[in-house]
Amino acid sequence: MEKELLFISVIGEDKKGIVARISEFLYKSEINIEDISQKIMGSYFVMMMLVDMRESGKKIEEVRQGLDSISSELKVQIQIQHENIFKTMHRV
Amino acid sequence: MSLSVEEIYETASMILYQNLDIRTTTLGVNIKDCIDSDFNAFTEKVYRKISENAVKLIKEAEKLELKYGIPIVNKRVSITPISLVMETHNTKDNYVRMAKALDKAAKDGGVDFIGGFGAIVNKGLTSSDRVLIDSLPDVFAVTDRICSFLNVGTNVTGMNLDAVNLIGGMLKKTAEKTKDAIGCAKFVVFVNAPEDNPFMAGAYHGIGEGDMTINLGISGPGVVRSVVEQNKACDLTQLSEVIKRTVFKITRGGELIGRELAKNMGIPFGIVDISLAPTTSMGDSVAGIIEAFGIEYIGTHGSTLAIALLMDAVKKGGAMASGNVGGLSGTFIPISEDQNMIRAVKKNALSLDKLEALSAVCSVGLDMFAVPGDTPEETINAIIADELAIGIINNKTTGVRMIPVPGKKAGESVDYGGLLGEAPVMKVNSYSSKEFLNRGGRLPAPVTSMRN
Repeated sequence: MEKELLFISVIGEDKKGIVARISEFLYKSEINIEDISQKIMGSYFVMMMLVDMRESGKKIEEVRQGLDSISSELKVQIQIQHENIFKTMHRV
Repeated sequence: MSLSVEEIYETASMILYQNLDIRTTTLGVNIKDCIDSDFNAFTEKVYRKISENAVKLIKEAEKLELKYGIPIVNKRVSITPISLVMETHNTKDNYVRMAKALDKAAKDGGVDFIGGFGAIVNKGLTSSDRVLIDSLPDVFAVTDRICSFLNVGTNVTGMNLDAVNLIGGMLKKTAEKTKDAIGCAKFVVFVNAPEDNPFMAGAYHGIGEGDMTINLGISGPGVVRSVVEQNKACDLTQLSEVIKRTVFKITRGGELIGRELAKNMGIPFGIVDISLAPTTSMGDSVAGIIEAFGIEYIGTHGSTLAIALLMDAVKKGGAMASGNVGGLSGTFIPISEDQNMIRAVKKNALSLDKLEALSAVCSVGLDMFAVPGDTPEETINAIIADELAIGIINNKTTGVRMIPVPGKKAGESVDYGGLLGEAPVMKVNSYSSKEFLNRGGRLPAPVTSMRN
């Protein structure tokens, strides 16, 4: 089966447990983390994860809902978007 | 494929903080195949074709919103110009009945507007076209989601002044019959109207189009303003470069979503309209970009140059990003739908005359502005004719969407709320052009149209 790659981006104030909390959720959803990196940009903490959803039984709306509740719990912005949008916008 | 945190952050923040969205996706639907000698059967077929396909549009668009995390703000339908298919049923009563069927199709299908309840009259008017224009005040009074247009000229046919002369009276009647003259916001008169424009009120499914098509309007004035603000020391050439690069990216994103939507619906993809379109949301202003260039309030001296620079950069970036750029692909500078435009009128920085000048270098013309309710019909027609002459002579689309608000004077204002915003009533020239307008006839096509 082909990989189904999505980017999760987290923007907000740096605090303990962001990576742990999201990784735990992804693990339980059977979503594999392919790549992860983070950076402080200006006053923001920015993290991105490239994840593969092909083995997950969950639909993207369920994953989005799960991330939304982590987002309000940790008070950071979390987005999940299919990799194609980034490839199209940033690579010719 | 490796992408940097910076690139991910750039896209994510365009959506989170700079109001990047797909402003509209518009399903063009041919309704010529619904024509029937039995009028009830005709309206029923139109209702079914539109409502069923609208439901599909909404379902597929929502799936893509989730997949890509980019909101698709408006989902709409445009149809074959109505007067064409109503030729053999053209009574005022039938037009109103057809409008009600379309309005119901929009509501049941879940789309917020249906465009195309109009006519192409650039050289002359058929009796169906005349009955249509006559029926519009009643149509707007009994429907919520119907949008109408007239194309009254092209640069190869010239302009039909007889058609223009019917508009002022129609608008004034519409203003009386609809709350705060809101019906007038759903009518636009064009020259050189594109057949694949996805934006309301002027969208229609052109007669050269196939059975159905997906057209998409992408918009990110907030994204462009943000990049302008980050590049304060740029000269004009550099400024143009940074805008081009940004528009390139957002157009590519829009095209991806449009193509996938069309594919998932099993119909051909039409065009991406790269017009910058404002909303009244904070920061989502086109005038805000011009002011970020270093113009105190839009409308002051220098604004025409600024819009010209912006427009050219947007087109260059968009044209590189997509082979399917179409529709209007200019810049919308409506008054009521843009916070900074409203502010500029209230500050007396922006007059109707300057707005006309700005429209000479951007595509869309005089849009969503209010004039006093006692403005004579002929003056309304003259304002329209002036604006459209700019389009005819310069081989470009121009349009007018004007609201004569009953009982209001210049300096007062009318608040529509929501997407339509607040319209300050603008001063019009009080001297008459009645005798000139009453000459009627057709403005001959300009010599620049003779290219064969």
